[in-house]
Order: sequence, then structure tokens, then C-alpha cells
Amino acid sequence: MKIAVTVNGTREEWDVAPAETLLDALRDHGYRGAKRVCESGECGACAVIVDGLAIDACIRLAVQSDGSQITTVEGLETADGLHPVQEAFTANGAIQCGFCIPGMVVTAANYLEMNPQPTEDDIRHVFIGNLCRCTGYKKPVEAVLASVSEEVGRRED
Amino acid sequence: MKTELSMVGRRAPKIDAVKLVTGRATFTDDVEMRGLLHAKVLKSPHAHARILSIDTSRASEIPGVHAVITHRDVPRNPYTSAGQSWPEPSPYDMYVLDRKVRFHGDAVAAVAAETPEIAEAALEAIGVEYEELPAVTDFRQSMGAGAPIIHDEPESYGIYDASRNIAAHIDVEAGDVEKGFRLADVIVENEFDVQYQQHTCLEPHVTIAFLDEDRRLVLRTSTQIPYHCRRMVAFALGIPVRNVHVLKPRVGGGFGNKQEVVTEPIAAVLAMKTGRPVKLEYTRTDEFTIARNRHPQHITLKTGVRRDGSIVANALSVLTNTGPYGTHALTVTGNTGTKPLPLYRAANMKFYADIVYTNLPIAAAFRGYGAPQGFFAMEVHMDEVAEALGIEPLEFRRMNHIRVGDTDLMSAAAGEGAGKKPRVIHSCGLPECIERGAEAIGWYQKRGRPGDGPIKRGVGMCILMQGSGVAGDELAGAALKMNEDASFNLMVGSADIGTGSDTSLAQIAAEVLGVPLENILIKSGDTDDISFDYGAYASSTAYITGMCVLKASEDARQQIVAAAARMMDEDPEGLLVHDEKVTSLSGKSVTLQEVALECLYGESKTVIIGKGSHATKESPPPFVAMFAEVEVDTETGQVRPVEIVTAVDVGRAINPDICEGQVEGAVAQGLGYALTEEILVDADGRVLNPTFMDYKIFCAADMPTLTTILVEAEEPTGPFGAKSVAEIAINGPAPAISNAIYDAVGVRLHSLPMTPEKVLAALDCRGER
Repeated sequence: MKIAVTVNGTREEWDVAPAETLLDALRDHGYRGAKRVCESGECGACAVIVDGLAIDACIRLAVQSDGSQITTVEGLETADGLHPVQEAFTANGAIQCGFCIPGMVVTAANYLEMNPQPTEDDIRHVFIGNLCRCTGYKKPVEAVLASVSEEVGRRED
Repeated sequence: MKTELSMVGRRAPKIDAVKLVTGRATFTDDVEMRGLLHAKVLKSPHAHARILSIDTSRASEIPGVHAVITHRDVPRNPYTSAGQSWPEPSPYDMYVLDRKVRFHGDAVAAVAAETPEIAEAALEAIGVEYEELPAVTDFRQSMGAGAPIIHDEPESYGIYDASRNIAAHIDVEAGDVEKGFRLADVIVENEFDVQYQQHTCLEPHVTIAFLDEDRRLVLRTSTQIPYHCRRMVAFALGIPVRNVHVLKPRVGGGFGNKQEVVTEPIAAVLAMKTGRPVKLEYTRTDEFTIARNRHPQHITLKTGVRRDGSIVANALSVLTNTGPYGTHALTVTGNTGTKPLPLYRAANMKFYADIVYTNLPIAAAFRGYGAPQGFFAMEVHMDEVAEALGIEPLEFRRMNHIRVGDTDLMSAAAGEGAGKKPRVIHSCGLPECIERGAEAIGWYQKRGRPGDGPIKRGVGMCILMQGSGVAGDELAGAALKMNEDASFNLMVGSADIGTGSDTSLAQIAAEVLGVPLENILIKSGDTDDISFDYGAYASSTAYITGMCVLKASEDARQQIVAAAARMMDEDPEGLLVHDEKVTSLSGKSVTLQEVALECLYGESKTVIIGKGSHATKESPPPFVAMFAEVEVDTETGQVRPVEIVTAVDVGRAINPDICEGQVEGAVAQGLGYALTEEILVDADGRVLNPTFMDYKIFCAADMPTLTTILVEAEEPTGPFGAKSVAEIAINGPAPAISNAIYDAVGVRLHSLPMTPEKVLAALDCRGER
């Protein structure tokens, strides 16, 4: 089946199978930042922003996204550099193996558009759908807080 | 060498952070492979059965199917999947594919096909006739008379007693415990039970196998052990080591589950058979059912003490369930005794263990490597010993813990260090850890104040030690090469699986060579490189590979100094390498770039290649004092961790962000072990909860406040004083929380996970409700 999507600002036409997930379609077309982990919407490692909302691409069919605007982790970086959340994750030691990190960064970036001044508790609850087995979540949560404060890039001691 | 450190000790961002945060980093499955075939494995529907016949003819005829393999198509070379140094101390009791299946999900056959869907269809078309055998699904029954023998095949070897399903056995004594118990004023005895825990690495096991243009087998694989993997796959398949090339790309977590050869052998056979690239990737269900787990155990502790608080005898015995295969059987349980026992000074110690087979999921290496089980038991038990003596538990630990200059008798008595020189403690920051941790949690203010109302509060603590690599059984080789712009290609064999070791090792090289971090271009885990390493396990990389990188960098630095001395017409003695230049006491200087250009293109025509090889008999323990504050709901039994304080002696924090991250991640995993995680198996041996929905790991909203205090008791044998940090903290949450529950509500929990049901049952027993 043919679908048209706009990924990170570029319009693309994809030929997809009826049962193909958006995650598989994205990965097949070179957007491999979204990771395959649980394939049942439990862990958030495949999170991408579809029409303004972060969703788990593993439990959405590609055909459901016909006509959609999609932002993947690859689309967060601009010509001006990293997204503030990406910058903060890098500077705050929030990344270990990094397999869950694209999903976390996408989820956080999307959430901050809706709530630009979150509390620590807000971020912890937004990350309920993003499982991480390396970090204990402390530094990722601190990184999101840092991304909306002036502390980004402070850590070079 | 300079005394002022500029790179070591810095919170430098991980050198791979940007590619990971932008999604550009390539993990095993993040590459395009033309002609890639998809592999699927046919799994046993029985816990224990003999395969009478397999008919693959229908499956082979399905269009798009390129290979179907069974036990008839693979060499029958017994091996162990445990990634350890050769010869592995685990029994050789596995086969790439076997005539017998020993647990639900055991591999029966495998296919390679154009698409995953065709591969699945092919699996359904394979006809298998089984002879079902009685199964052992309770590890207390494994050694019993009449229990079915799980390894009755004659080819397997290294099994302690196959006729009684005993994979491995430990019986060691230091001193004479019976004599010790006779001297005791008080003897305390307790029993503990611990469960299967799943690593849940976010990236599953995945291997892409292919033949290169020289027909060498290339394994692009998610592994902690590139070099062991190369050797083990070669031996299992009966091909020369030179014909195997292992590439470790980015790895999405390991935690011990990838200190194993799991997906590699079948992927390799299918690639060799088809001549096409083949991918074998586990699903999440596979990870929960057929990958590896932490060993369940039943532990008994018996301790004799004098009224003055001194310990005269300490005996620990263990029954361990290794599942159907003995991967890491001896050595994991070895750690259950040899890590906790020596933490407490006692003249007489005994450690006894049987590690038995069952027809249940496979247990193997998992962060902490037997120590989480042992420390849960030991640290709850020691709280009870202190209580029996009327001594405050923190004070009791202060009185009895191991000290600098002490000899750890157990390290040489059992496990991987068996028969080697006992380790002597050269550094111990435990007193400072206890002091600062107690201060941070508010120990003396909060202890014994549960409060009113149905929700009670309590604080508990524990102390821990681990190792830094396997004593006397580690080796690392590294090399670095200087380029025109004073950058260096650093080649190491160790595997950064998310631990940050690429960054820590680069910081060590940059420190020695007087260059910024970006001048170090590190490549790790490619077996065709000039490097070698046992791999990322046993908390070894910073300590072992770190020292190796230090030596290689020092070798390069000396060559740089010699070249600069010639260029400046100075004596090499007294030349300093710093800030990308070499300076002399008389004020002359050349830049490292000038040195590099001179060496490569000038008179000397020398390539500066520093190399290092490092092995040691030492394995200095890092230490932890961990404190937990919890809330216990006496109406529901729910335990909520409020804060975990971890004060950890790492020797030297090469990168404090990385050290803290290792501790915080280990605590999170330890919290799951303590409170929520358990692989549940039915009476037939089937896993009941193979999803994240039914197997609960901690999420961000569940986490207590984490406070991490880095203590630096410099270790004389480590690079810049560093010891290890990766595993130790996972041992702590279970005992610290159990002890905190006791402080809150007065009941002792001896079984993990400490679910609301168990807490309520304990409260009911005491008539609390």
C-alpha cells in the first residue's frame, strides 16, 4: 500500500505492507534512531512525534500514519545544533547504553512544548512510558530540568 | 608523571554521547545489509523431551526459505555459553542444536528466510516427534532419588555429578567453624530465598552473521565479550579462530546477559550454510523466556558471636538453581560466598554449595554475579546477629568489617580465584562511607521512629564489597598510534556496553599524553584490531583495561619524549608532556604536532605506537555503605522506598558522572530485585510473565530519591588509584530495605521480592493486624 508521510520536514512516499508497523517502516526507510525493544507499547524506546504527539511507533500501523507529520529523534537536531534536551542529556551524564535515549529525548521534547516549565514530578510521570535499565532515571530527569533552566552546559568542572 | 590531574577526575561528557542522543549511533541492527536473511528458532513445547524425529522437508520447500537446520546439521561439540577465560570453569553441557530439549523454549531447529514472516511459516511446517520425559521444576528436588537425569548424554564434561543433577559443588573452610561455634556465646541461624531476575537489557540479543570476501565468518553482535565470543564460536563450530572476526558495535546494555554466546552460533551456521548475511534477533518474549537470568537460591547462614561482638564462626550454605545448563554455575555461586563472607572478620569460615540442574529457565551471569543473593542474606542476617547481642547494627558493622592489611581468605578458597594467592586489602574507604552515608540519611534521627498511623517509616542499612576483575584471571592488551595532528587511535579489546568505558579509558590516555579528550579516537571490541581483552565483566574494565591503557599511553609518551629530546637537543630526563606540547626545564618546547610530523615525515621516520598488556593477581574491592528509608503501609503491605543513600569507595572516580550513573543504575536494578521483579514459572516450567506489563521493573515515577556519595580511598594497584564501581551497588537495596522494613514494622523479610503479600503475611504472623 502506498502512503505519504512527512518525516522531519521531508515529504516521502512509502510502499508499506498492511500489517507493517510505523516503527518497521521508519527503520526500513533509514530512521533507525527509534529502537525495537518490546513491540507492545510498554517501553517507549520507539517514541516518535506524530502530528504533534509522542507515540510508540511499534503499536501503530504505518498505514494509520498516511498524511501525517512525523518527527523522529533525527529531526530534533537543527542547523543551529542539538535540541536543548539533547544538549542537556549530553552535558549531564544522562546517557549510558543509549538504547532508550532517543525515545526519552523525543518524549521530553514533545512534552516541553506543552509544558515548558515542568517540575521534577511532572518529568518523572512523563517518563513512566520510557523504561531505562541503565541510569536509574536520576540524570535523565535532571537533564530535562536543566534543559529548561540556564544550567545547560554548566557541567565542565 | 604529573601529580596534578587534568583529564582524570573530570565530569567529561561521554565521547559517544552526541551520536547516541541524536540517534546516529549504530547498534547491531542499525545497518543496511544487502541480501539479509532473517533467522527464527523453533522452540521446545516441553520442559524435558527427547527428539525422536524431525521432518524439515515441507519447511525447506517454502519459497523464500534458504536453510533449515537441526542437530543433524551442526557439529556435536560440547561447549558452555559462559563467556569466561579458557578453559571456562563452567561445564561443557551445551550443543548448538541437540537431540534433547531441557526446558520450555530450548532450541530444536532454526531457519533462515527472506522475511521474518516466511521464517515463522517455515517453523510451523517443521514436524517434530518428541518423547516427553519427566521434568524437574523444583530445584529442591533436583538431587533427590529418582529425579530424572537432565544431562544423561555421554559427551558432556565438567559436570560435578551428572547422575544427581549437580552441575557444580563447593565445600571450603578457612579455620575450623565447629571449633568456632563451640567458642560462641550466641549462635544465630537464618534461611533466605531468592528468585529468578531478568536483566531486561533494552536491546535484545542480536547477531548479524556473514562471510566476508575472504570467506571469513564475521559476527556483528551485541556482546560483552568479543574475544571470548570469537574463540568460543570457533571451538563450538570446529573452525579455526583465524576464520572468525567479531565486531562489537554499540551495545544496548548487557548486565551479564551478554557475557554469553547466545545468538551467535546458530546465526553463524545459517550464514555459512546459505552464504548470505543472516540476522538472529531475540524478541522481548525470548529475552524473558530463553535468554539468561539471575540464579534462584536457598541460602542458610549460621554465625557464632561472643558477647563482646566479635565473630568466631561464620558458615554459609547455598542450594542454587542453574536451570538446564551450567553456564557460570560454579563461579556465580562462588561469589555468593566469597564476596560476603570476608567482609566480616572471623577466624573460622565455611562455605558449602550445590548448584543443581532443573528443567527451568537458564540462569547465568547477572550484574553482581552471585553477590546480590549472598549480600541479601548476609546483611539481613548480620542485622539480626547485632540485635541478638544488643548492639546497634551500624556499630556492629563498624566493629567487624574487613580492614586495610587484612587477608581475604575466601578469595583463594573458591570460585574463579580458587587456588590463587589470597587477596590482601590495600585500600578501604568503608569507615568514611558509613560515616557520610549515615549523616546523609539522618540515621540517628530517623532510626526507631516508625510514627503513628497505618503507614510506618523505617531506615535500614548494609555494607558491601565486590572485586575489580577476577583476581589472577584477567588480561587486557591495547595499542595506540600517533597521527599528524597529535591525535591518537586507541585500540582496546574491552566492550563499552553503555558503561562509559570508552570515555574513561580515553580520559586515562589523554591524561598521560597531555592532550584534550577529542584527540583520543577510541575503537573497542574489534577482534581484528591490535588489542585483546577478556571483556566487560566482573567490574574489570576501569581497573584492568584502564591500567593497560595507562601502560600503552606511557609507552607512547616515552617515545614522544625521546623524539622531542632529539628535536630540542635536550636530555629526555626532565621533559614534560602537557597541554599538547613537550617542554624542557630550560624553557624550550615543541608541540606534539611538530613531534608527530617530524616522526612521520622527518629524519627519524618512526611511527609512534604505544602498546600495553596488563594482568594482575590483585582484585581490590570497592566498598559501599547503603542506607534505605522506606514507608510500609500496614494495611496493604506496600513498601515504598523513599530514599536510597549510597556511599561508595571507588578508589578514584576517573569520571564522576559515569561513576554516579553506574551506582544509580545498579540501585534501580537492585530495587526491582528487592521489591517487584520475579520470573514466575508454572508447574510445567513455562514462564508466566514474559512482558514488561507482567514483569515489573522500576520506572521513573517509582524511583526514590537517590543520593550518591563518591569516596576515594586511593588504590595503589589501580590506574590513578581507581577500583571498580559497576556492580557493587546492586547488592544493597534488598538487604537495606529488608532492614528498613524491620525498623518500620518489626518484621523480618527473608524472601525476595518483598511483595505486599509477603509483608502482609509477615505482619499477620506477628498479629500486627
